[in-house]
Amino acid sequence: MSEKKYIDIEFSQLDSERMRLFMGPQHPSTHGVLQLEVELDGEIVTDLIPHIGYLHRCFEKHAENMTYPQIIPYIDRLDYISSMNNELPYVMGLEKMLDIQVSEKVEYIRVIFSELNRIANHQIAIATFGLDSGAFTPFLYYFRDREMILTIFEKASGGRLLYNYFWVGGLAADVHPTFKEDITEAIRIIRDTNAEILNLLLKNKIFIDRTANVGILPADIAISYGVTGPILRASGIPLDLRKAEPYSIYERFDFDIPVGNGEVGTVGDCWDRNIVRFREMEESCKIIEQALKTFPSQGDVRENVPKRIRLPKGEIYCKAENPKGELGFYIISDGKDKPERVKVRAPSFVNLSALPEMSRGYMFADLVMILGSVDIVLGEVDR
Amino acid sequence: MEEANFVFNMIGENWIAFAIISLLPMIFLLAYALIAILGELKISAFIQERLGPMRTGPWGIIQPVAEVVKLLQKEDITPDSANKPLFNLAPFIMFAASYAGFAVIPFSSYFVPSGINLGLFFLLAVGSLGIIGLLMGGWASNNKYSLLGGLRAVAQIVSYEIPAAMVILTIAVMAGSLDLQEIIRQQSGWFWNWFVFGGSGGWIKIIFLPFSFIMCIIYIIASLAETNRTPFDIPEGESELVAGYHTEYSGMKFAMFFFAEYANMFIVSAIITIIFFGGWNSPFGDFMGGPIWGVFWFVSKAFVFVFLQIWLRWTLPRLRVDQLMYVSWKVLLPFSFVCFLALSLLVMLK
Amino acid sequence: MKPNEIFKELKVHFGEEITELVENPSSDTYISVKPEKIDEICRFLRDNDAFKFDFLTLLSGLDLKEKLGIVYHLYSMELKHRLVLKTEVPKDSPNLPSLVRVWRTADWHEREAFDMFGINFQGHHNLIRILCPYDWEGYPLRKDYKEPEEYHGNRVPY
Repeated sequence: MSEKKYIDIEFSQLDSERMRLFMGPQHPSTHGVLQLEVELDGEIVTDLIPHIGYLHRCFEKHAENMTYPQIIPYIDRLDYISSMNNELPYVMGLEKMLDIQVSEKVEYIRVIFSELNRIANHQIAIATFGLDSGAFTPFLYYFRDREMILTIFEKASGGRLLYNYFWVGGLAADVHPTFKEDITEAIRIIRDTNAEILNLLLKNKIFIDRTANVGILPADIAISYGVTGPILRASGIPLDLRKAEPYSIYERFDFDIPVGNGEVGTVGDCWDRNIVRFREMEESCKIIEQALKTFPSQGDVRENVPKRIRLPKGEIYCKAENPKGELGFYIISDGKDKPERVKVRAPSFVNLSALPEMSRGYMFADLVMILGSVDIVLGEVDR
Repeated sequence: MEEANFVFNMIGENWIAFAIISLLPMIFLLAYALIAILGELKISAFIQERLGPMRTGPWGIIQPVAEVVKLLQKEDITPDSANKPLFNLAPFIMFAASYAGFAVIPFSSYFVPSGINLGLFFLLAVGSLGIIGLLMGGWASNNKYSLLGGLRAVAQIVSYEIPAAMVILTIAVMAGSLDLQEIIRQQSGWFWNWFVFGGSGGWIKIIFLPFSFIMCIIYIIASLAETNRTPFDIPEGESELVAGYHTEYSGMKFAMFFFAEYANMFIVSAIITIIFFGGWNSPFGDFMGGPIWGVFWFVSKAFVFVFLQIWLRWTLPRLRVDQLMYVSWKVLLPFSFVCFLALSLLVMLK
Repeated sequence: MKPNEIFKELKVHFGEEITELVENPSSDTYISVKPEKIDEICRFLRDNDAFKFDFLTLLSGLDLKEKLGIVYHLYSMELKHRLVLKTEVPKDSPNLPSLVRVWRTADWHEREAFDMFGINFQGHHNLIRILCPYDWEGYPLRKDYKEPEEYHGNRVPY
């Protein structure tokens, strides 16, 4: 008996103390002002509490005090690296409530610009993910390419980051004359760079070692957490609103939904999330190419823009497939020219809530990779 | 070749000579650091299809000077909760340890600051001293990131000492000496006499050539880990540990860490050059031989490996800490044992 | 499945708990329910093979002047149909059961509704503020909200 007791004491002395590490809001790899309270057992993450709200700008409160078109610039600032995509569900929802039919040309430009912005977003996602893993060079390769996309947006809308370009019933301005050539050239270069990045980063042995089998999110847990976008698709569920509930003119185009299949590790790991984003860029290129072929160059993009917008009493939930997931706006109108309530379903916010589940039990260095693979924008998380 | 030092030959063995000898590597180191900083900026710019610094001087060539001036001017912050004596001491220990390594580096057949006959052993011993500074800095900062960085650094460097020591042991067996000048002299002649190609000897060495070549690669990998360069920059991996053990350092003290890192880069490159690539020997027999050209050959060979380190840094992602240990203990160490046995056999046969 | 069919089915199972089906040509159709058994209704919607609502898209709080509203947007991954549930709680005792055990995503959504409207989700394991600072006072998205003069010595309105 006495011997047994001795062993027990030994074990209790082995109990190590856990360290509480506050990561962020000033930290190079939290992708903004996010604070993660990490509980570490040595290098292993035992618990994780995200503290958000450092960038809370009261978007929903602001929206209640502004007219409908005035809200669009604020929507740009939600997910500020895919602003075009953000505007799309909002204007589509309002058009549905006002019963406005937008012209063919407007639909085409919206789709083309949404897909270009999706490429730009995924470029940033993969680039910053590479940066988290220590690979600095792909970051700059992708940023160089993103500049071309931003230049196209700038020529069309005047803004490089925040566009206010999709208006209710049309667009702010027509596209520039060299629009088609610019985009064709941009897609050619994007494809070139992608081929290079695939070999330089995504197929790199060290990169695969770092990302495969890390941060696995099984499909059922992903659904329970309401995760959408590339993360959900990486877990093996081919849900894409562009296919599931086609909006705008997406049903006219032929494209695939890439899903994670655990090529180098397990389904739903960090590598899958990145390869899904990577392949989506190619799908977006395909959509843009098809759209450019049948692009109607005639037409006025502002002919259906209403002078002033007064919504009928009612409510609508309008959604679209943002690069980060399902972006939805729940708009309630009481018949005035200002909304009664605008609620945003921010994909980053929902996706981030699954982070503790994904990162428990992995190493501290993996936590950075997992956070990078979720691809959050704090502007959207905090609103 | 007892007095292999041109300073002693010129002004005799007095205190002025000692002062000059101990300062010469420092002068070289300052010049080298400026070149290496510029190299890092320009090479990374080239790899990333950028221009790099272009404003300071033609093509930005005085950018490193500007950076040094900036670092000197910066406010020197000591955190309130830091352990001040240790915090202040750490960067100087780091630098002193790397500078001590220069004591035995033979720049030419007529210049080695201290021609002791245990040079290889000395380098191994002094190279490990830097860890003390690193851990000291990490612990004294009283910052969790610094502490984690310091702990990781110690674990990493101690692990990689072992494969590196196995390689150095092999070289000692092959050369039959620990004197660096003697090791270099054995590799004289054409480049196929270098130890990376199995050292001098008849055709039988062809069989052993792969082993010595693997040895060289093992040492290059281990040396990357010892200098905390990518893909082994885990102690300062900025994505998770902000800046690792030097998170809290600023101004001149940060510059000392920075300087020590660059000095270390040169030291390991110099060791690779000495033990595998013939040191100051010309690759082409007597062509461009002699002590003056020796400096040229030595420095340019070392710079090739400095360039290699910079190149890898801007190309590869970073390993995780457990993968790093895996590489050291399960890959490099067994391979180095096998190569050690094989090359010892060669020495017996010769 | 259309909302009116779901409404009929729910009416059979829960009777009085399901109040009405609101249809409006220019807006989404929704089902009004009573708040007391919302967790059971949602669990039924999730587990029943005819509905399979495995996905809570959005949970939003509303200020309806006298009352507070909670709106649930549900989606079925497999059957690809959507449903909107709406419930109301009085402003002076805004209590209703939490859905955290039905869908885990409800965790953060409910914290946000609590933060902005002060809706008390009973059974939530960690009902604290999420976007506002933890010691913020008042519920900012309520229509009668008055912003405080200062917060920790900083002037708030500017």
